Amino acid sequence: MMHWIILPVVLPAMLAPLIGFVMRHDITLARAASVAGTALLAAIAVGLVMLAADGQTHIYRLGDWPAPFGIVLVLDRLSALMVLLTSILALIALIHAIATGWDARGRHFHALFQFQLMGICGAFLTGDVFNLFVFFEVLLIASYGLMIHSGGRERMRAGLQYVVMNLAGSTLFLFALGTLYASTGTLNIADLAVRVAEIPAEEAALVRVAATLLMIVFAVKAALFPVQFWLPATYANAPAPVAALFAIMTKVGAYAILRVHTISFGPGIPGTDGLVASLLFPAAIVTIAVGAFGVLGARRLMGLIAFSVVGSMGTLLVAVAAFSPVATTAALYYMIHSTFAAACLFLVADLIVTQRNSDSLQPVPATVQNGLFAALFFAAAIAMAGMPPLSGFLGKLLVLDALRAPGEMPWAWSAILIGSLLTIVGFARAGSALFWKSTAIPVLTPEPTDEEEGAPVRQARAGALQVAPTMLALAALAGLAIFAGPVAAYLEDTSGQLFDRDGYVSAVLDPVPGEED
Amino acid sequence: MSHAGHLLFIIALLPFIGALVPGLMIRAGRTASAFFTAAPTALALVMLMILAPAVLRGEVIQAEIEWLPQLGLSASFFLDGLGLLFAGMILGMGLLITLYARFYLSSADPMGQFYTYLLLFQGAMLGIVISDNILLLLIFWELTSLSSFLLIGYWKHLPEGRQGARMALAVTGAGGLAMIGGMLLLGDIAGSYNLTDILQAGEAIRASEWYLPALILILLGAFTKSAQFPFHFWLPHAMAAPTPVSAYLHSATMVKAGVFLMARMWPVLAGTDAWFYIVATTGLVTMVLGALIALFKDDLKALLAFSTVSHLGLLTMLLGFGTEAAAVAAVFHIINHLTFKAALFMTAGIVDHETHTRDIKRLGGLRHLMPVTFLIGTVAALSMAGIPLFNGFLSKEMMLEEASHTDWFGSHYAVPVLATLGALLSVAYSFRFVAHVFLGPQRDDYPHTPHDPPFGMWAAPALLATLVIAIGVAPFLAEGIVTAAANAVTGADLHPHLKIWHGVTPALWMSVIAVAGGALLLMLHRPLDKGWIAAPRPEAKAIFDRLVAGIVALSRGITDSTHNGAISRYLAIFTVTAVALGYIAYAGSGLSAPTRDMLPVPPVIAVGWIMLIVSTISVVGMHHHRFRALVLIGIIGLSISAGFVYLSAPDLALTQISVETVTIMLLLLALHFLPKLTPKESSTGLKMRDGLIGLAAGGGVGALAYAFLMRDIDTISGFHVANSYEGGGGTNVVNVILVDFRGYDTYGEIIVLGIAGLLIYALMHALLDGPSARRLKNTDYSEDRSRDRHPLMMVVVTRVLMPIAMVVGLYIFLRGHNQPGGGFVAGLVVAIALLMQYMASGFAWTQERKRIEYHTLIGLGVVIAGLTGAGAWLAGQPFLTSAFTYIHLPPIEEFELATAMLFDLGVFLTVLGAVMLMLYSLSRIARFAGQTVNEGPMDYDPGEAAKDRDTED
Repeated sequence: MMHWIILPVVLPAMLAPLIGFVMRHDITLARAASVAGTALLAAIAVGLVMLAADGQTHIYRLGDWPAPFGIVLVLDRLSALMVLLTSILALIALIHAIATGWDARGRHFHALFQFQLMGICGAFLTGDVFNLFVFFEVLLIASYGLMIHSGGRERMRAGLQYVVMNLAGSTLFLFALGTLYASTGTLNIADLAVRVAEIPAEEAALVRVAATLLMIVFAVKAALFPVQFWLPATYANAPAPVAALFAIMTKVGAYAILRVHTISFGPGIPGTDGLVASLLFPAAIVTIAVGAFGVLGARRLMGLIAFSVVGSMGTLLVAVAAFSPVATTAALYYMIHSTFAAACLFLVADLIVTQRNSDSLQPVPATVQNGLFAALFFAAAIAMAGMPPLSGFLGKLLVLDALRAPGEMPWAWSAILIGSLLTIVGFARAGSALFWKSTAIPVLTPEPTDEEEGAPVRQARAGALQVAPTMLALAALAGLAIFAGPVAAYLEDTSGQLFDRDGYVSAVLDPVPGEED
Repeated sequence: MSHAGHLLFIIALLPFIGALVPGLMIRAGRTASAFFTAAPTALALVMLMILAPAVLRGEVIQAEIEWLPQLGLSASFFLDGLGLLFAGMILGMGLLITLYARFYLSSADPMGQFYTYLLLFQGAMLGIVISDNILLLLIFWELTSLSSFLLIGYWKHLPEGRQGARMALAVTGAGGLAMIGGMLLLGDIAGSYNLTDILQAGEAIRASEWYLPALILILLGAFTKSAQFPFHFWLPHAMAAPTPVSAYLHSATMVKAGVFLMARMWPVLAGTDAWFYIVATTGLVTMVLGALIALFKDDLKALLAFSTVSHLGLLTMLLGFGTEAAAVAAVFHIINHLTFKAALFMTAGIVDHETHTRDIKRLGGLRHLMPVTFLIGTVAALSMAGIPLFNGFLSKEMMLEEASHTDWFGSHYAVPVLATLGALLSVAYSFRFVAHVFLGPQRDDYPHTPHDPPFGMWAAPALLATLVIAIGVAPFLAEGIVTAAANAVTGADLHPHLKIWHGVTPALWMSVIAVAGGALLLMLHRPLDKGWIAAPRPEAKAIFDRLVAGIVALSRGITDSTHNGAISRYLAIFTVTAVALGYIAYAGSGLSAPTRDMLPVPPVIAVGWIMLIVSTISVVGMHHHRFRALVLIGIIGLSISAGFVYLSAPDLALTQISVETVTIMLLLLALHFLPKLTPKESSTGLKMRDGLIGLAAGGGVGALAYAFLMRDIDTISGFHVANSYEGGGGTNVVNVILVDFRGYDTYGEIIVLGIAGLLIYALMHALLDGPSARRLKNTDYSEDRSRDRHPLMMVVVTRVLMPIAMVVGLYIFLRGHNQPGGGFVAGLVVAIALLMQYMASGFAWTQERKRIEYHTLIGLGVVIAGLTGAGAWLAGQPFLTSAFTYIHLPPIEEFELATAMLFDLGVFLTVLGAVMLMLYSLSRIARFAGQTVNEGPMDYDPGEAAKDRDTED
């Protein structure tokens, strides 16, 4: 019996209450436990990736009930990859939170953080749509807690938008699940694939509605037009390490679309074939535009980054909407890339905002370490805008290369390329105002009137530990570019496995006795 | 891979590897920094020279490493004649610029940074010219845009530098993005992204229907990079960069990347009408226009910038002609332009450096003060003018020769006349550069008294000027490399002979006209200049700035008007989307025939249904009055519970009732601190809109529910019913589903509840630490307060109810597995019992009597549930596998012990803890808001009063 598969859920779920209830009076203890737990999670995730690399779909039957009657966890290359991505990102965000002291600015940061990880990992591993709903709830409530961590007027306002929009999404999720269960009689993703395929194309109205509503629910998470409105304010106002962690949250939505709409309602299923793709594609195109305009029009640094996240989700979902193995490979590569790129930007922006005491894009006198921050921001912006040498350029090329169907190419290519241009110009304007124009403003150093008082207060410099997470994220982006070949090979296998519906279904529904984990 | 291939790799990598070193070495001094910039460049140059003989013999050196085979991207390089020519120029100029910059930059400039950027650029540029993969070429292409951005903005405190950098990035970046599209199309047509393969596939590519789009997109990249009309305007503004950058990037190398690309793609793309008319025409227009503007520029660097634009136009035009002879001329002119233009830029830099001005109108007469500079500048300028015995003459003659027999839309004269005009203007501005800067009377109002710079500063331009004369006098010196490069461009086996004297050809006459006309134009410069200044002409920068400002304003407009923070609007859009897309999905297919009949509706149910509807409508109508709305919500909840009872779902009903009770109680407590009325904010129109949306959504959900309730479906619940007792050990299938079949869901949901408790606690702290704490403290709640807050009756009743409620809770908990009930409901019932104590006697009094912390309760609950699940591991079973057994203890009946019970205990504790933590948080707020704490259990305690009486007595 292989219990590794459930550990990414159980480990944070057990650790979180310990941190939240036993260690809540000692931040150092909580930090140590949180870091240790996250590092362990990363180690487990590496193990899972290695386990999944054999190409088998591994099943974990909770309560030992057979699918589709009980809940199963499904570990394949895709879910292993997502868990690994989550854990590495979490480690980066966590170190930043600790190094900058964000975690101590409110209550229960580490407990909520671990719960959040539990929710995300649970969503990636589950093979059951209702269970997916449950983990959406876990990660929603935990993320809301993290988002409003340390309070403040603007943050609370944005947090309310976030939670209200996502609760509306949850409600719709329930409607969708109700319709789905009432029209197919099951909630297991593999079983759904079987039963939906049995519905004749002319009697599929209900299941089509369910598939569409589910897509909207996932689109809310993935910040797809026209349900993306909550994201910019939320990300811009969330504590930076939380915003960095949230880079994976939008991917939960994208992952869910990939998983559910490929396997249960995907290509070749008569009742629902092409339905979601036809809705997703134009929405993703508009999302790119929304993101690009937002970047160019931004007045605040955090807002700019948040809109660039929206744009990157558009690019990602354009590729997802093709529902083909090649495009999915591209989408997955771009997904890994954009996760780290967004996180990196939020982290470096946090350092900058801390120094400047403001995240407006108006120039203020240059701060200490102007050059260092400029370099970090430049690198992160290059990544996000999809310029070489970091992985964004390769990701963009992969996506463009994958979208060659006559109906999609003109739209997708124009949107992605023009969107890139606007993003580049937006980032260049922001960087120029932040780091270049600021050097033209004379620093008003107050004359020390009294010798006793000594020199004026120096701005605190960002220490090595504070810069390290940003560097780590950049290193991840560089590594992703350098090792693009092996990574893409893994992703090719991943999307191959994802599109092998029969393989998934038979692994879940009739595992060979003695071989199930 | 061959030895030569390895060398090629090292050449490509050296600048990048070396890039960080000068940035660090600046700590050892400026000379050290310059030296460590020169070192990798020189090393690469030496390696290139080692490879050169083979390439000149016609060999092509290749090296390849796989990078991203899925995309067809490989790190493959090849060196042919064209690549060798450009690589040599890049590295050779790199060395000269390094030397020049060492003396040009002042001590205030961060030189290490400069050299780092320079090497990055060098590596990127080198990559472009030796890439054997067009995707790799794109990568280097974009890298030159980025490094150029950094170098133009090097003097970051100057607005011109920042604006010029952004403009260059925007224009060349846009071109680069277009080129991505073009290259992807090209690769698709050719079936490979390898240049070597693409160069073989010329026929197929020109025949493809995608040829024209690919051509236009690639040319957009080339034209923007090489500053061709109408994208030429960024180049003069890039002159805000330090002069070494202008000399290196913006005259010698980077701006030639576009020309290089056209030359590289020449065998594939050239030779069609489209190519000729687009490329040759653009080049011709750019050449004339650039030369014309250059003549009237007073800024030395601007003059040179526009002359560069003009010469790039010349090169573009030659490549556009599509003939082999024109290609030879282009290759030769690339070399010549590099030598004289870089020398001129450095001269301009020296003049600027020495006199502190670049304004031609403030200069003149420098020949005696700066004789060396004068000499270098004059040699270079005469070459630019195309005077015999200087190298510029040779390639210009070849250009005019080609132009003289080129037809353009049937006209024999258009191209030769315009080409001559371009040459004429070129002569004029070249002469002006010499005449207005160095000749004329010496002045006494230079901003700074000039003299010749140190040797290190004029060494580089002097070397270039020597080359100008050497090639001009002995053109055969360049024959080898020109042949190699031209053969690489054309793919033919040419043997051009570079000669000074071609006899009396039309080109010679055109040259004579150009020189004479140019000299005449210079004499007329003063009146012409007045006319030029007076004439209205479009200012490219203003147009560009307006364009960017317009797009930014548009972006702001779109973003601000859509993302305005109005939740109601976001929700309206969300709902409309759901309804509309749901309808589209529905309309795309049909329904199966209904298999069920409508059930009869008894009158009681009809009344309940109407009540439910009326209360719901009333909530909409009365929601401004929050207290009433809350009461109505309570009614709705209870009606739904009744519905569950009617529809034989006792578990749901029980849960719903307890949840309703707890929720309403907590909301009541919370409402105390909130305004009692919701302000009226929506206009009538908005209300109508929202009403319609609400009706549509509600109708949609109702229709959906009706549709599926009328149809039978085979569900998995049959398995649950069948296995509940056998496998789960319980007869209440709902409970067994909750704690066993889908215990994992429940595990997730109690965690949600636990997090909610934590969250409310954290929120409460944020609230009390935040600015709203003041408002809370200053609000007067006395109006709301009852005079009888803890009435005797209530205290007594709740005390009596407490043990009963506890027993009921325990009972519900224990019977849950087989009868309606379970840990969740039990937790709520006990929570209600405790809640009542708090309400009756106040928080402080009750708080003193509790033994266990709520935080711990939640934690314990979650941990117990988790441990129960993990306990199955010990038995080798998956998480949450249940076990149960029946125990018979003599005095009592046989009963069941199930691990699911333990799990349910976790549920119970979490629910209880979460509710109590919420209550605790509310009461913290209450006490903060100034609510008094009562010492005793009730307002009037008869027992205390009796005691008092006793003591008095």
